[in-house]
Amino acid sequence: MFLRGETTMKKLMLGNEAIARGVYEAGATVATAYPGTPSTEITENIAKYDEIYSEWAPNEKVALEVAIGASVAGARAVCAMKHVGLNVAADPLFTASYTGVNGGLVLFVADDPGMHSSQNEQDTRIMARGAKVPVLEPSDSSECKEFAKAAFRISEEFDTPVIVRLTTRVAHSQGIVELSDKEDYRIKPYVKDPVKYVMMPAMARKRHLAVEERMARLREYADNSPINRIEWGDKKIGVITSGISYQYSREAFGDVSYLKLGMVHPLPEKLIREFAGQVETLYVIEELEPFIENQCLKMGLKVIGKELLPVTGEYSAALIREKVLGKSFEKLNNLEDTAPPRPPVLCAGCPHRGTYYVLKKLRLTVTGDIGCYTLGALAPLESLDTCVCMGAGIGMAHGMEKALGKEKSRKTVAVIGDSTFIHSGITGLIDMVYNKGTGTVIILDNSITGMTGHQHHPATGFTIRGEPTKQVDLVKLCQAVGVERVRVCDPFDLEGFEKAVKEEIEADEPSVIIARRSCALLKGVKFGPILSIDSEKCTRCRMCMRLGCPAIVDRSDHIEINPTQCVGCELCARVCRFGAIGKAGDSNE
Amino acid sequence: MNNTNIMIVGVGGQGTLLASRILGDAALNTGLDVKVSEVHGMSQRGGSVVTYVKMGKKVHSPVVEKGEADIILCFEKLEALRWIDYAKKDARIIINDQRIDPMPVIIGKARYPDSIIEKIKAEYPNTVDVPALNMARECGSIKAVNVVLVGVMARHSEIPEEVWLNAIEKNVKPQFIELNKKAFNAGYDYAVCLAGK
Repeated sequence: MFLRGETTMKKLMLGNEAIARGVYEAGATVATAYPGTPSTEITENIAKYDEIYSEWAPNEKVALEVAIGASVAGARAVCAMKHVGLNVAADPLFTASYTGVNGGLVLFVADDPGMHSSQNEQDTRIMARGAKVPVLEPSDSSECKEFAKAAFRISEEFDTPVIVRLTTRVAHSQGIVELSDKEDYRIKPYVKDPVKYVMMPAMARKRHLAVEERMARLREYADNSPINRIEWGDKKIGVITSGISYQYSREAFGDVSYLKLGMVHPLPEKLIREFAGQVETLYVIEELEPFIENQCLKMGLKVIGKELLPVTGEYSAALIREKVLGKSFEKLNNLEDTAPPRPPVLCAGCPHRGTYYVLKKLRLTVTGDIGCYTLGALAPLESLDTCVCMGAGIGMAHGMEKALGKEKSRKTVAVIGDSTFIHSGITGLIDMVYNKGTGTVIILDNSITGMTGHQHHPATGFTIRGEPTKQVDLVKLCQAVGVERVRVCDPFDLEGFEKAVKEEIEADEPSVIIARRSCALLKGVKFGPILSIDSEKCTRCRMCMRLGCPAIVDRSDHIEINPTQCVGCELCARVCRFGAIGKAGDSNE
Repeated sequence: MNNTNIMIVGVGGQGTLLASRILGDAALNTGLDVKVSEVHGMSQRGGSVVTYVKMGKKVHSPVVEKGEADIILCFEKLEALRWIDYAKKDARIIINDQRIDPMPVIIGKARYPDSIIEKIKAEYPNTVDVPALNMARECGSIKAVNVVLVGVMARHSEIPEEVWLNAIEKNVKPQFIELNKKAFNAGYDYAVCLAGK
């Protein structure tokens, strides 16, 4: 039973890690990305292969452009992103669809049904339909690897970028993967071909025809490729499904018949008709949009899908059992559901806590952005007013000023992380300066891409592999676009930081405050000993509770610091007016 | 449908991910099909986190559903209560006797429920509580709480001890292997002790 001692080529891999393995085995040599949950580990794992050049790009648009260039040059190239990243990369994608490829070009796009870590739950299949590119959808780690390799073959055979669409449960689940050897892919020669690669109207008109012809060939391929397969079982029920929904369906329906789609765009119409013709009741099970279902309806088939199942959130076997088969879960215990929620929080020692403490105290309107610091919207800090997309905060602050006028918008600031600022905040700042805005932008510079798990970016001075490189100087960058008032502050120097914010919002010109303090989780960030509260000095004024630190707890008769949570950042000691917070004795640790 | 379904629940930052990696690696050595579903991203920041580990002849969904878990390894008491509906009636529930207040409790908008372990024990006879924080501290670092708990669970699994120890070696940095083996043994011995009572 046990494989101990044997050398085995089987490995337990995250979906994202298996994608990286597939990219390696396919002989790809260029990989670019901007981090985004749940896609980040694809590129992190690719970076472990010395044979592949990998990089963090400033944003997804640049990343895809780099990958397109590598493909045109003849290499197999990849680009990974989360679903909303594809919006940023949509511009190059829609036209790369026209130019086609030289070396295979594959995009790995990870959707997040249920929004575990995202601001919306858009469906990448719809973007792909717009861009007229094929989409593969793996349902486990093993398929992640195989589909990654198949994607290159399809890309080259049909002269098209290919999207491999993942969802959180596939990207972040580990499954068994059988490893194979690396293909011997040789870089294809680059041949100058302006009719194919220069998309001016005259050329693009020709290429659009080529795209339509390609889609027709791809439809035929979908009907005949083993990537789409029928698994016959009881023919009373037939289920058309793909990706993780296939796995949920197998558990919920058991031994019925399945049309398991590995390619979800374009859809295999002949195969679907063949399958539909042989089953009594036909279900389409797919998370998010009724993408497959609408196609079936358009084909005149009678299918059941979204009339029973939601377009929102993640599915599960239990959900399908309940909504489709009418079997709901019966509770096995008499315990009341009294567990209070546990929303995510800014970590103990987080530099953003100082920033938000001050912004809340000054009662400012804060247009926010995407990152760990979005958590500043939650109680008790409750400082953020808005969060839309990467970089939006700066443009929105400027828009508020233009709508309300300078005086009424004076108490507005934009906050944005260092990585997010590089991603797409800089253009918003240029707009503010160019169009005579007078807003205040606070760059929360924790010197890393935080929420996605510590990736380097152009302002950290290190590459994806940790090699030193040129570092974007945020101060000079802001000055270069015309901001004359740029200052650097420590957000834990609460008095100094408050003074700086007050001065900058009063200024009648655009200003940038760089709130610089490293992420508390970064290696090398050292705080002092952990703290405790002297209950004799403590007046229970609850000032420290306003920080929303997960280590400070109100026990109703006293306030205490949880020694397992405290990191010793001393921010609470700075807000305590009674000197009640100090270093804990050794007894606590 | 004879899969073994295990859940690891806790608070982001407690090291549930490492525990699930060790468990996944150990399970792989059984020659069975294995799937492990993890949580990354925003919930990792101090939120409620759950990892599912399923093994069996063929595993489809990586997610354990309500009423299906054979073992729930709880890193924190409130999280034990939150996920308890996922347990089978005869499930093995292992609860770290540690309390971490969630923000709604910290700011006084909600109450941390009383006597969680007693309540769960009354419903699930195969429940054990573990003073894992103290045990980890005695081993040298409170960060080893996760591996102490893995040790307790290991004693209740059919996977041999050395497979677990190999999995630990594979998944922790070289400088922490000794500490984590010590923590694993502490958990394992604790479970042996309980079983002997």
